[in-house]
Amino acid sequence: MNFLVLVKQVPDTEKVKIDPISGTMVREGLDVTMNPLDSHALELAVSLKEKLNGSVTVLSMGPMNTIDVLRDAIALGADRAILLSDSALAGSDTWATSLALAKAIEKLNIAFDLMICGEKSTDGETGQVGIELATLLNLPVVTYVSELIELGSNFVLVKRSIEDAHEVWKAPLPACLCVLKSVAEPRLPTLAGKKTAMDAKIEIYDTESIGINREEVGLKGSPTRVVKVFNTKIARNCRIYADKDILEGIERVVGLIKAVRDGEAK
Amino acid sequence: MILVLNNKIDRSSFELLSKARKLADKASMKLAFLLMSNSKKDVQQLARFGPDMVILAVHEKFNRFSLDPFLSTAKKILAKYSPSIVLAPATTFGRTLMPALAASFRTGLTADCTELDVDEKGNLLQTRPAIGGNVMATIVTPTHRPQMATVRPGVFEIVEHRKDDVQFIEERIEDLSDRCQLISVEPKQAGARLEDAKIIVSVGKGLRKKENVEVAFKLASLVKGAVGASRAVVDARWLSHDHQVGLSGKTVKPRIYIAAGISGAVQHLAGMQTSEIIVAINKDRYAPIFKVADIGIVADAYWVLSELVQRLERESDESGG
Repeated sequence: MNFLVLVKQVPDTEKVKIDPISGTMVREGLDVTMNPLDSHALELAVSLKEKLNGSVTVLSMGPMNTIDVLRDAIALGADRAILLSDSALAGSDTWATSLALAKAIEKLNIAFDLMICGEKSTDGETGQVGIELATLLNLPVVTYVSELIELGSNFVLVKRSIEDAHEVWKAPLPACLCVLKSVAEPRLPTLAGKKTAMDAKIEIYDTESIGINREEVGLKGSPTRVVKVFNTKIARNCRIYADKDILEGIERVVGLIKAVRDGEAK
Repeated sequence: MILVLNNKIDRSSFELLSKARKLADKASMKLAFLLMSNSKKDVQQLARFGPDMVILAVHEKFNRFSLDPFLSTAKKILAKYSPSIVLAPATTFGRTLMPALAASFRTGLTADCTELDVDEKGNLLQTRPAIGGNVMATIVTPTHRPQMATVRPGVFEIVEHRKDDVQFIEERIEDLSDRCQLISVEPKQAGARLEDAKIIVSVGKGLRKKENVEVAFKLASLVKGAVGASRAVVDARWLSHDHQVGLSGKTVKPRIYIAAGISGAVQHLAGMQTSEIIVAINKDRYAPIFKVADIGIVADAYWVLSELVQRLERESDESGG
């Protein structure tokens, strides 16, 4: 059974800078880590591989510092790591990213039974790339997967958690699952895993080697454009109750609560 | 044309229609609502919020959402009506269908917008929190059509806009195939109902330990409110994700929002800063939450919540006895 896991490198969102011209995030020179939600997707794949045999491939698109994140993936049990990296890809929106990844999967002939993606990234928070890519690859998709119940030779049975219900769905393989955190609890890397990762080969491809038209990706190939970035700090005039005023503050809150609660009762 | 998609007739539909009506008027466009559902029940309700046209795609397979049948139907209807703007709520429905639809039409999609506008050329100005909620970004789709966006539920006001001549059109749905198969459905128990609560007591890591969260539930039940949570509390599994308020949780707008032991990361503020009255309780006088609060109490959050519970209990005992 072969697994393909999409991973994204994300910056520490507290320290991010914005390019004032393109309005996109400056990713170079930042400490990056694997998108936390992707680590749950990776753990699911690795634990299934350990049970059923097969291999786990991780695929990412991003600047060269993504290599560190892919090494982490290998330390955690991935067998093969592929990075798509090229200055022409910078500024890609979700459509351009999905298109580039789809071309890479086709060109490199990456075979898989199950493609697993985290729900969304903690920086962009769109949760769109997995679904857009699966649509381009014409895969059946189940989103918001909270649990993998059974993986058969030609089907997967999963629990899906949505607003009003838990549903159980059966999908034929190959399929794409967009998973929630609860599917698996990420392990910590072992010393042996870290050693393997240090020596592991990270396969790196640019647009030319994949045969991607540079006009179709990056900022140029992206249908969406960021036109404005701004802060919205709504500041209120806070009345502070501290030290000897604390009880007065509590009384005031009790009064407010009663007014709202009793107003509702009438 | 602006086309609003949903699989239910609910608040998110009314919110989207209300907002889209304003955009349609400004850009002189028609407004259509596409309902993909297994029932036509209550469809007349949609007419109150300003659509020129309601397109009905009714089929028993639309009972529960599955990508294949919804995508094939939505693709046909988009091809037939060629809307220049397509909107859907950022629910599990919209956040699954819209990316697949955008990829099918090779166009752009902006996720989870909190503000929408149109310019004089009919460009949709899509504004959303970006980069972990650190900033807001306005995004346009200048050359691709349709322009697509999912919109965060609970953000737009519901505004009635009655029209007498709403057109109802039934689309014939044929051969709906689905590679996935629904095996079972187990309804979730009514959750925190954060979206409807008039008073929300939200807890952060400042409550120090999981057991202390109980006091927030006590207070919430005394005031017929609900319990919210910061991301840190949900990540630490003190409470389930249903309780989470913020960018990666719910957007709420109660009459009173009590932030207890929450420092006020931007990601949390994005989900509650439009509440009518914000009460912040934190030991740290310089916690950012105080900047968005109306009332700030600088004290231990668990202690203050316990005091509130005691006072409200005492008062209800007195009035009861």
